[in-house]
Amino acid sequence: MNRDQRRNLLSKLFVGACALAVLAALVPLAFVLFFVISQGVQALSLSFFTNMPVPVGEEGGGMANSIVGTLMLTGIAALMAIPIGVISGIYMSEYPGTRLASSVRFAADTLNGVPSIVIGVFAYGVAVLPFKQFSGLAGGLALGIMMIPIIARTTEELLLLVPGALREGALALGATRARAVFTVIVPSALPGIITGIILALARIAGETAPLLFTSFNNAYFTTSLTQPISSITVQVFAYAVSPYEDWHRQAWAGSLVLVTFLLVCSLLARFATARVTRLRGH
Amino acid sequence: MATPQAPRVKVPSLTPRARSADTPTSHEVKIDVERLSFFYDTKKALEDISIKIHTNVVTAFIGPSGCGKSTFLRTLNRMNDIIPGSRVEGKVCIDGDDVYAAGVDPVALRRRVGMVFQKSNPFPKSIFENVAYGLRINGMAGSKAELGGRVEESLRQAALWDEVKDRLQESALAMSGGQQQRLCIARALAVRPDILLMDEPASALDPIATQRIEELVYDLKKTYTIVIVTHNMQQAARVSDHTAFFWLGKLVEYDRTDKMFTAPAEKLTEDYVTGRFG
Repeated sequence: MNRDQRRNLLSKLFVGACALAVLAALVPLAFVLFFVISQGVQALSLSFFTNMPVPVGEEGGGMANSIVGTLMLTGIAALMAIPIGVISGIYMSEYPGTRLASSVRFAADTLNGVPSIVIGVFAYGVAVLPFKQFSGLAGGLALGIMMIPIIARTTEELLLLVPGALREGALALGATRARAVFTVIVPSALPGIITGIILALARIAGETAPLLFTSFNNAYFTTSLTQPISSITVQVFAYAVSPYEDWHRQAWAGSLVLVTFLLVCSLLARFATARVTRLRGH
Repeated sequence: MATPQAPRVKVPSLTPRARSADTPTSHEVKIDVERLSFFYDTKKALEDISIKIHTNVVTAFIGPSGCGKSTFLRTLNRMNDIIPGSRVEGKVCIDGDDVYAAGVDPVALRRRVGMVFQKSNPFPKSIFENVAYGLRINGMAGSKAELGGRVEESLRQAALWDEVKDRLQESALAMSGGQQQRLCIARALAVRPDILLMDEPASALDPIATQRIEELVYDLKKTYTIVIVTHNMQQAARVSDHTAFFWLGKLVEYDRTDKMFTAPAEKLTEDYVTGRFG
C-alpha cells in the first residue's frame, strides 16, 4: 500500500467514524420519537383535545384542561419574559463595557444554570406561600424566570451581529442613538430574536419541575389565574406514575402532543431564519 | 479672497512652502477648520490641521492608509463622537459656527452634513424605505405624497430612479454593489444636506460603477459642497477641484487639484502623487 492509498483509507475511516457518531447521537432521539408516536397515536383522538379527564375505567377522557393550561402558563411566562429579556439584551449589546451590563450578563448566565426545581421552590416561596394558594400566576412566574436569561442572552448575541456600519448609516442621517437602535438595529436582528423567543418558549413549555408546586394541577377546566391550573407536563407525570393502564395511555398521548408542539416550534424557528436569509439577499 | 490656505505644517523635515493658490474666488468658505487635533485615547491621530473648504467645489483628501484622512472627514460631522475615549481639540466652523461648541446637537449637525461610507450600508429594508428613512426620522415629509416625491427626487439626483422605479418595494440588499452605493447617496441627499462627505465611496466598486459615482459627484457639486476621501489618485485628479494631501496625521499640502498633481510645492506630495510611496 503506497502513501496515497494509505491517506485515502485514513480519510475514509475518519469520515466513517464521524457518520457513526452522528448515528449514535440520533438513535436515542429516534427511539424516543418512535415510542412516543407509536404509543401516543393509539390513545390520541379528537376527544383527547376536547374532553376533560375521566376517572379510571371510563372511556374517552382527554386533556383539554391541560392543553389550555400549558398554553396559558407559557403565555404568562412570555408576557413577563419577552419585554424584560429583550430590553436587557438591548442594554447589554448597547453598553457592552459597562459594569451593569457585565453584572446582568453574569446574572443571566447564572440564572440559566439554576436547576428548574430551585426556580420552582423560589416561585413557591414568593407566589404560593403568601397567598396560601397554588395558582397559574405562580406557575407562569416560575416559567418566566427561566425564560428571561435565555431571551436576554440570545437578543444580545444577535444584536452584536448587526454590522456597525448600519448604526453609522442611521446616525449619519440624523438619527439619535435610541432611534437608530429601534428603527435599524433591532429590526435587522428581529427574525433572529423571534427565533430565539420561539425556541425559549418550546424549552419552557416542556418543563415539569417548576410547575409541580406552583401551578400544581387541576382536574377541572379553569382559565382563572388565581386557581391551580393543569398543564400537559404535570398531567403526564400524574398519569405516568399511576398504576392504571388507561392513564398510561393518556400519558403517552399527552407526550405526543407536547413533542408535536415542540417540533412545530422548531419548524417555525427554522422558517423564520430561512426567511431572513432570503431577505438579506444571500 | 477665498482660497485654500497653506496648512500649518509642524513637521521639522518639511519646509512649509505651500502658499495660497489661484482658486476661483466666487466660492465662499463653507467649512473652516482651525488647528484641529484628534486623539484616540492618548494616541494623536490628527495634529493641528487647519483648512478652508469651499462651497460648491469638490475637495479630495488623499494620502496613504492610516494617514488620518478618514478620521478627519469624520470629525466634520462629529461621527467620531461615538468612539469611546476619543477627544477633539480645535475648531470646525461650518457657515461660521463651531460645530464642537457647547450646545451644538450632533444629531442636528449630521442632518446638515450627510455622509456616504466606504462600504455601502443600506438598511435591510426596501429601496423606498431606505431613502425615506432620514425623512421619517427627521419628520421632514408631512404627507405620503410628499414623502414619495422626495424619495423620487433623491433617487433621480443619485441617477438611480430609472433602474429602480419599478421595484421600490424590493429589498435594497438585492441590488448590485454599485446600485447600493448610489442608494446610500440618495439616502443621504434625501434630507437635503448642505455638505456631502464621501469616505472612499467607490473603493469597493468595479470600474463602470466607479465611473457612475464619479459622474454623480460631478453633477452634485452644483448643489452641494462635497468632500471626498480617496485612495485612488486618478480619481482625485478626475473628480476634485481642490486636493488636500495628508501624511501621518498632518495636512502636508492643500491646493488646486491641477497644481497638486503637476507642480506640488512639497517634495512629499510630489513623491506621493507620482507613486513613489504609499
